[in-house]
Amino acid sequence: MSENAKKDLTAEIKDLVVEFRTDYGVVQALNGLELEIERGKTLGLVGETGAGKTTTGLSLLRLIPNPPGVIVSGSIKLDGKDILSMGDKEMQAIRGKTVAMIFQDPMTSLDPVMTVEQQIAEVIKLHEEGGQAEALKRAREMLELVGIPGSRGGEYPHQFSGGMKQRVVIAMALACNPELLIADEPTTALDVTIQAQVLEMMKGLREKYNTSMLMITHDLGIVAEICDKVSVIYAGRVIEHGTLEDIFKNTRHPYTEGLFNSLPNLEDRQAELKPIKGLMPDPSNLPKGCAFCPRCDYAMDICKTEKPGRTYRSDTHYVECHLYNKDNIQEGKVKSR
Amino acid sequence: MSTQPLLDVRNLKKYFSTPKGMLHAVDDVTFTIEKGKTLGVVGESGCGKSTTGRAILRLLEPTSGEVLFEGQDVVKLSKEEMRKKRTEMQIIFQDPFSSLNPRKTISQIIADPLKINKIITDPAKQLERVRELMEIVGLADRLINTYPHELDGGRRQRIGIARALALNPKFIVCDEPVSALDVSIQAQILNLMKELQKKMGLTYMFITHDLSVVNHFSDDIAVMYLGKLIEKAPSEELFANPTHPYTKALLSAIPVPSLDNRRERILLKGEITSPIEPPAACRFANRCPHATDRCRNGEPQLKEIRPGHFVSCFLSE
Repeated sequence: MSENAKKDLTAEIKDLVVEFRTDYGVVQALNGLELEIERGKTLGLVGETGAGKTTTGLSLLRLIPNPPGVIVSGSIKLDGKDILSMGDKEMQAIRGKTVAMIFQDPMTSLDPVMTVEQQIAEVIKLHEEGGQAEALKRAREMLELVGIPGSRGGEYPHQFSGGMKQRVVIAMALACNPELLIADEPTTALDVTIQAQVLEMMKGLREKYNTSMLMITHDLGIVAEICDKVSVIYAGRVIEHGTLEDIFKNTRHPYTEGLFNSLPNLEDRQAELKPIKGLMPDPSNLPKGCAFCPRCDYAMDICKTEKPGRTYRSDTHYVECHLYNKDNIQEGKVKSR
Repeated sequence: MSTQPLLDVRNLKKYFSTPKGMLHAVDDVTFTIEKGKTLGVVGESGCGKSTTGRAILRLLEPTSGEVLFEGQDVVKLSKEEMRKKRTEMQIIFQDPFSSLNPRKTISQIIADPLKINKIITDPAKQLERVRELMEIVGLADRLINTYPHELDGGRRQRIGIARALALNPKFIVCDEPVSALDVSIQAQILNLMKELQKKMGLTYMFITHDLSVVNHFSDDIAVMYLGKLIEKAPSEELFANPTHPYTKALLSAIPVPSLDNRRERILLKGEITSPIEPPAACRFANRCPHATDRCRNGEPQLKEIRPGHFVSCFLSE
C-alpha cells in the first residue's frame, strides 16, 4: 500500500514469528503477526485466551521469557528503529520510557513491600534527570493525575482497592510520558463502574499527551468505547483488521462474526446466543490450512490445506479468509451487523 | 401469587466478625424465586452476592433470617438434615480451575455426590450415571478418565455442571459460572444451562457481575450494593426503567459492543465504602449524585413501586 509510507507509525510489527520451545513440543504463539500503531491513535487487539495477544504486547518490549520463548523471525520497529537488533542497554532505555505496559492483574504487578510512590519514583529515577526528592515529587503528581490524593503515596499496595491499584499501575506506566502505552486487559480485574472510570481516565490522558495505545482486550464493548482501529487475532495471526466502522459494520471474517454472535444482545434479550463451535486449536499442533477452519461454518475444501492470504476491502480493511477475492469482498459473505 | 415460590428468603443476614468490628456482608436481604425461573443477582465485588448464595445453601451459616425452600425453613435443619437437603440444592462455582480436585479423574469427580449421598452404590451403575451426565453436559465419552488439568476452562465448567446435576437437584446457585471463560465458550455454557433448565425444570440463582449476561439469562434481576438488596424487578422492566441511582449508573457503565445508540454514561465518584459497622444511612449516599440529608440520616426500605418492581431509595417514594 502506498499509503503506508506516509503514515506516522509509533510501532510496526512485520511478519513476527514467536515460538515457545518446551519439552513437550514447540508452541507456535505468533505466526507471521503484523500490526501498525499510528501516532496518537489506539489500536485494539482482540482475541481469545491463547490467541497471542499478550505475547504480542511482550514482544514490543522484548520481554518474551527466554527460554522457552524465541523470536524466530520478523521485525519490530519503534519509531522506525528496529528493536530486535538493539543491545540490552539500549533496550532498557526504551522500556518504561518510550514504551510502557499496563499489566492485566493489578493485584500481582505491584511490589507489596514498597510504598506506591517509591514504586512510581523508581521508573522516573531510571529514565529522568534529578534525584530522589524530585522523583518522589513527580510520583505524587502522577498519583494526582490518576485521581489518587498525592498524600496517599506513602501507603502500601494492600491499603488500596483493586481499582486504585490499577490506577497506581497506570500512573507508573505514564510516569515518563511514554510514546506508546501497551494496556493488557487493563480493566478485566475491575468492576464495571470502576472500569468506566479507568477507561474515561485513559481517554483523557491520550488526548492530553497524544499517546499511542495498544489496547489488548477480549471485550468488544471496550473496543467500541476507546479504539480507533481493530486487529482481530486468532492463533497468532491478524485475521481481520480495519477501522471500528469496518469491523463492526462490515464484518467479513467468520471468526469476527462468531465473536459478535457470542455476545448477549442488550437490546434483544430473547435472541439466542450463537457460540462458535469447538475450541481454539492447540498452538503446538496447528491445522495445516486456515487455523480457524475446524470451527468455521463456511469452511471449504481449500481451507483445510492452504493458508488464506490477505484480501483488501479498502485501504483500511483487510481479511485473511478463502471466502473472499477482490471481486466479492465488497458484498461480504457473513452477516454484518 | 397462587403458587408457592420454590425459594423464599426472608431477612437474611450474614455478619462476619473482624478485628475492626462486625462486617455486614449480607444485611437483611429478602426475595423469592419461583419454580423454574432464574433470578439474576448482580453487583460489584464485595457487595455480598456470593455470600448470599452460600448462606442460602448454609455453606456459610446465616447470622439470622429464614430460607424457606418449598415452604420449609432450611436454617432450622440439623447438620445431617441439611446435608440431605443439599441433594436438592446445589451450587456451580465460579472458578473451574480451583473447584475441581486435581487428583481425581472426571468420572470420580462426577460420581462423588452419588457415593457420598449413597444414591447409587453399585460401581457399575455409578459409571453408567456418570456417562449419562457427561452426555447431558456435552463431554465426550473418551474424556472419562482424564484429569482436570488436561482440560480447558469450558470443559472444566461442564464437569462442575455435571457434578451439580448428579443428584437431580431442583435448585442451583450458579456463582459466576461463566466469568472465567472466553466469550465464545461462555456462550456455549450459557446455552447449555438454559437448555438444562428447560429440560429438567431447574430453578437458578444466577450470581454475576456481567450485566449483559444477566439480562440475557434471567427472568428477574436483583441488584445488590454493600450487603443490601437495593432493587429487584423483572429483567425487561429493570433495563427499561432502572430506578435506583446505583442501578442506573451500573447499567450505563456496560461497554456496548456496537457503534450505534451509545448511551450517556453516569460516572460514579469514589468506590464502595467499608461494610464494617455501616452507619444507619443509605449505603450508596456518599457516591450518589442525588443524595440529600435524609439519605445520610436514615435507611431506605425496599418498597414496591410498580407490580414486581422493588426499590430501596428515598428518591423513588
